[in-house]
Amino acid sequence: MLEVDVERRLGDFRIEARFRSDRGVTALFGRSGAGKTSIVNMVSGLLRPDRGRIAVDGHVLFDSAAGIDLPPWKRRIGYVFQEGRLFPHLTVRRNLLYGWRFAPAAERYLTMEQAVALLDLGALLRRRPPSLSGGEKQRVAMGRALLSSPRALLLDEPLASLDVLMKREILPYIERLDEMGIPILYVSHSLDEVSRLARNLVLVSAGRVTASGEVDEILNRLELWSPEDETETGTMLTTRVARHDAEGGITHLDFRGGELRVPLADIPEGVAVRVWIRARDVGVATERPRGLSLRNVLKGTLVEIGGGGAGPVTELRLRIGDTTLTALVTRGAVRELALAPGQEVYALIKSANLDRRQLSLVAAMAGPGSPL
Amino acid sequence: MWSLSPAEVEALGLSVRIAAWSTAAGLPLAVAAAHVLARRDFWGKEVLNALLHMPLVLPPVVTGYLLLLLLGRRGLVGAWLEQTFGLVFAFRWTGAVVAAAVVAFPLMVRPIRLSLEAVDPRLESAAMTLGANRFWAWLTVTLPLSLPGVLVGAILGFTRSLGEFGATVTFVSNIPGETQTLSLAVYSALQVPGGEPGALRLTVIIVVVTIVALVASEMLGRYVARRTRGYASA
Repeated sequence: MLEVDVERRLGDFRIEARFRSDRGVTALFGRSGAGKTSIVNMVSGLLRPDRGRIAVDGHVLFDSAAGIDLPPWKRRIGYVFQEGRLFPHLTVRRNLLYGWRFAPAAERYLTMEQAVALLDLGALLRRRPPSLSGGEKQRVAMGRALLSSPRALLLDEPLASLDVLMKREILPYIERLDEMGIPILYVSHSLDEVSRLARNLVLVSAGRVTASGEVDEILNRLELWSPEDETETGTMLTTRVARHDAEGGITHLDFRGGELRVPLADIPEGVAVRVWIRARDVGVATERPRGLSLRNVLKGTLVEIGGGGAGPVTELRLRIGDTTLTALVTRGAVRELALAPGQEVYALIKSANLDRRQLSLVAAMAGPGSPL
Repeated sequence: MWSLSPAEVEALGLSVRIAAWSTAAGLPLAVAAAHVLARRDFWGKEVLNALLHMPLVLPPVVTGYLLLLLLGRRGLVGAWLEQTFGLVFAFRWTGAVVAAAVVAFPLMVRPIRLSLEAVDPRLESAAMTLGANRFWAWLTVTLPLSLPGVLVGAILGFTRSLGEFGATVTFVSNIPGETQTLSLAVYSALQVPGGEPGALRLTVIIVVVTIVALVASEMLGRYVARRTRGYASA
């Protein structure tokens, strides 16, 4: 359990963050400049809070009231930086062993061999950091941090400088970090990464924690996203792979409230999958449409109309079974269809838009070595 | 013509010994000074910087005279050193070491400072999160990464010490077997009628030793740079 309660003024910017992170991945989510990196820097001891308290598993790392402020090297908090920060003059092996040597022998919970196996580092050991690809560098950086046997792990946008293919390659390894059983703080502004990796989410905006809790719950709370926000409005659905229709090129996903059809995905049946449905990919009809190319037609009730400010579009919230789905439509359409709360409607979702990028395995349920 | 006299051999040996000691004693101080200049901000930093660079622009005779005033047997610090530790620099080979080190110091500091500045300080923070305290992080990360600059500084310092003349002759005089280094021996040879062949021999030696040192420094610097950085972006 990682407990963070910190305040810090940086020029005109003020950070005031308070949250807890249990074992497993907790995402610190928010746009760039929201203060996420400053928060993890305070946890690691690289930035000193003006006031507050930081503790992990009962070990107090910082407590302004008690006058405790452990230096970074006594905190035993692993840190994977955005740019890796491997030591360029040391081989991969010696980079990995750097922190291992400093960890008290009795508290080491990972051997070199285990770390190498966990992150597939065997072929890299004799290489030097400048010759590694971006993805390899981050794998080594994760191994190096883990081998210092930290009580908690911080990852600051470890995928930010990687291209799409490399992200794909490295995500499964990050999922494996879950096995360590320590709290992991994962800083990101990518919804995709967060929905795939995190169990819990701490939403950071302008230096403050605006919400925290389970990923699905938080992502579905509409009021958290303003239209000007770079983050898109949408719905996070937790589903389960029901069956595949290879001929039709379709995978059927079950969720509480119905069934979703998505392009054929190479995911075993029964595996839990989160689907991010962008509000702008959802349309609405007042009666069941015929002769339609759209594969997903879900019957539900219109609960609420609103949001979007004075702009031409507005948001609808639809109740489908146990699930609330968000749709983005024009105000003109609301008028023409005479939409009103309580009305029975059909939600139309284009399945082609629910491509691989919108799907993410739920890490905890999929386990390591998932086919993604 | 090309065989060396015992006196010349002695001068050569003395020169190498003095230059080696001057480099060995000056280098740790130069690294410390370079670190302070590269990484710290404090009031009076510019003054310290100017002070450290003074021997580079000051006439060596003046530097030697200042050393005499400061470290001579009746000098401010010299008298105290002799009383407390029995340490005497004036007219001793150890004094020649001090003179050479002072004059070579700015030449050592500069390349070390430049290479320290080139090392990403964020690597040290990474080392600290892995359990290394500030000093260990510096010693195991920053210092090895600035090794090319340290080597260049050491060799520049060594060659500058080897050729030291003005400050040495003023501070510790020109005593054969004690303070008469190669360059002083050249000067002495030129003062005597018929001494020119000797001066020429010593000059050739100085030129050769200097070239060897500079080429070695260049090659070593490159080798170390390849080992530590590997590529342009570290």
